[in-house]
Amino acid sequence: MRLEPIANPSLARSIAPPAIAIIATVVIASLLAMVAGANPFSVLGLILKGAFGSQFALLETLNRATPLIFTGLAIAVAFKAKFWNIGAEAQLYAGALMTVVLGTGALPWSSFALIPALAIGAVLAGAIVLLVPAMLKTRFGVDEVVTTLLFNFIFLLFISMLLEGPLKDPMGMGWPKSARLISEARLPRIFEGLRLHWGFALAILCACAVWVIQTRSTLGYEMRAVGLNRDAAAFAGIPVNTVLVKTALLSGGLAALAGFSEVAGLKGSLTLDLSPGFGYTGIIVAMLALLNPLGVIVSALFVAGIFVGADSMSRAAGVPTYLADMMLATALLLMVLAIMLTRFRVVRD
Amino acid sequence: MEILDILISASFWAAAIRIATPLILATMGELICERAGVLNLGIEGIMVAGAFAGWMAVYSGTGLWVGVAVAMVVGMGFGLLHSVLTVPFGLSQHVVGLGVTLLATSSTYYAYRLALPQVTSPPKIAAFQPYEIPILSDIPLLGQALFSQTPFTYLAFALVAATSVMLYRTPLGLAVRAAGESPAAVAAQGLSVTAIRMGAVIVGSGFMAMGGAFLTMSAFDSFFFEMVNGRGWICIALVVFGSWMPGKALLGAVLFAAFDALQIRVQQTSFGADIPYQIFLMAPYILSIVALVLVSRRAQVPAALMVPFNKGER
Repeated sequence: MRLEPIANPSLARSIAPPAIAIIATVVIASLLAMVAGANPFSVLGLILKGAFGSQFALLETLNRATPLIFTGLAIAVAFKAKFWNIGAEAQLYAGALMTVVLGTGALPWSSFALIPALAIGAVLAGAIVLLVPAMLKTRFGVDEVVTTLLFNFIFLLFISMLLEGPLKDPMGMGWPKSARLISEARLPRIFEGLRLHWGFALAILCACAVWVIQTRSTLGYEMRAVGLNRDAAAFAGIPVNTVLVKTALLSGGLAALAGFSEVAGLKGSLTLDLSPGFGYTGIIVAMLALLNPLGVIVSALFVAGIFVGADSMSRAAGVPTYLADMMLATALLLMVLAIMLTRFRVVRD
Repeated sequence: MEILDILISASFWAAAIRIATPLILATMGELICERAGVLNLGIEGIMVAGAFAGWMAVYSGTGLWVGVAVAMVVGMGFGLLHSVLTVPFGLSQHVVGLGVTLLATSSTYYAYRLALPQVTSPPKIAAFQPYEIPILSDIPLLGQALFSQTPFTYLAFALVAATSVMLYRTPLGLAVRAAGESPAAVAAQGLSVTAIRMGAVIVGSGFMAMGGAFLTMSAFDSFFFEMVNGRGWICIALVVFGSWMPGKALLGAVLFAAFDALQIRVQQTSFGADIPYQIFLMAPYILSIVALVLVSRRAQVPAALMVPFNKGER
């Protein structure tokens, strides 16, 4: 078999493969629920209800989606330029670290000055953490997949070291956690009485900003050109290495905001379990959104909904929560295949 | 000097070889995939799946070697999935690989929870025991380090030799290497690039799963979450470090493992006690990155690595 590009895909060609991918994911999830001895319809219903069925559930989903929007954007920006940043987890923790270092009393400012300072500090920290693999790639040709992956392990150990050393909360009763942020450093809630903080609004704002950069700026154009064909971009006079470094700075900064928002908006202090893999899940979020920054918002809500829904489903139906991860992995693989099939037809030879 | 005492002790080198074994197996698997032109980032998840599958088979009553075979078959299954998506369909090897890692890891944990819903500590199996090879194991230092290991380790070394012979001494190896260097030339010979690449990914994934199985069936005797803990990613680095050559990759794995064994022992010395233990745990990862920087300038990357091949397209 071989693949043949379709010049003018019909409407059916554009819609059918992704629709089939979604249906297939639901069918596979149902089969997996049956393997666990549960009724698939009630499992799927419980997931939906647990994610979107009540005000509490919806707020939980929005809160879970917030860091995923940031890490999803970080990945979308990087992958668009074919810069394979798999280290969003490390950059997230870098942002969280900076937030805690500056926000626990080091800067005795009012909220009005302190919160922007923390956000900027976090962005810089994340950008610097990704700058190292980016420089190793552009200077020495070291593959960024391996370095960013290994950085995740190095950085988490670094955080662990700080939390058991200089950053350890003296009031923490021996737990490896940092001191709490001062109240001026906490992100306020958007609506009085509802458990949703301004980090969510910042995430939406960032998605719009990234969309503007990608579609309306020279840098966005250059990033796309580098992603499509690095040699052609260089031939056209685009400084490929500079573009890759700028991409890395933007990507690292966005991932770091996830750490800032989790610490300043939700947790109030830094612990080693701050992120249950938000950096890795960001890859799924970005791919399901086809690397479109505005699509990232929708897909982050979807992914967060699956996780939140699966948690409550698991309590009610006794099916392991790993069902959520399996659904997302299946959705990811089927969706990349489906998107390809909207543009190519399979020809027998 | 305490460190010197460690370096000349046979038990240290025996530990290094033991730590190296899963890396050797999975690195060979990755090397075969990449030599044929396919980056397999499914490695981390496939190792998790292999670790569980082999252990679970033995726990359910099969023999140890049957368990190894079960792990291998499970790994090959994930390899088949990876290769179908990346080879004939030519999808992004990065995205598919990470997707396979996520799928393999989550389905393993799902299966574990379903198979053993009530356990707090995972049950143990009767794992592989060390087998002292007569005469050879009597050699001072080397005997204890190399020839008093479990049969699984001997298998790993045999597989390195087999991989090397296959790649450099057989027509099949020539075809695999050519598929990774110049697939158009392979197609011009009337061979199927698709079949060669898919075969390499499937067999390579089987090796990765065996690497995982070593952890539950020889190094330890039960299955834990987070057990593989980044070993797969280290193997990706080891393939680069070894310049895509089995012998050099083997050497890299043993060096890495020796360093890992060393950091564990230095932690327990008076000198190591003053340093946060996280520094020691970080050191192997940092070392991997430094090694990559050193070798990457003159690395012989397979020319068609990560380049999908679509017949009739130029």
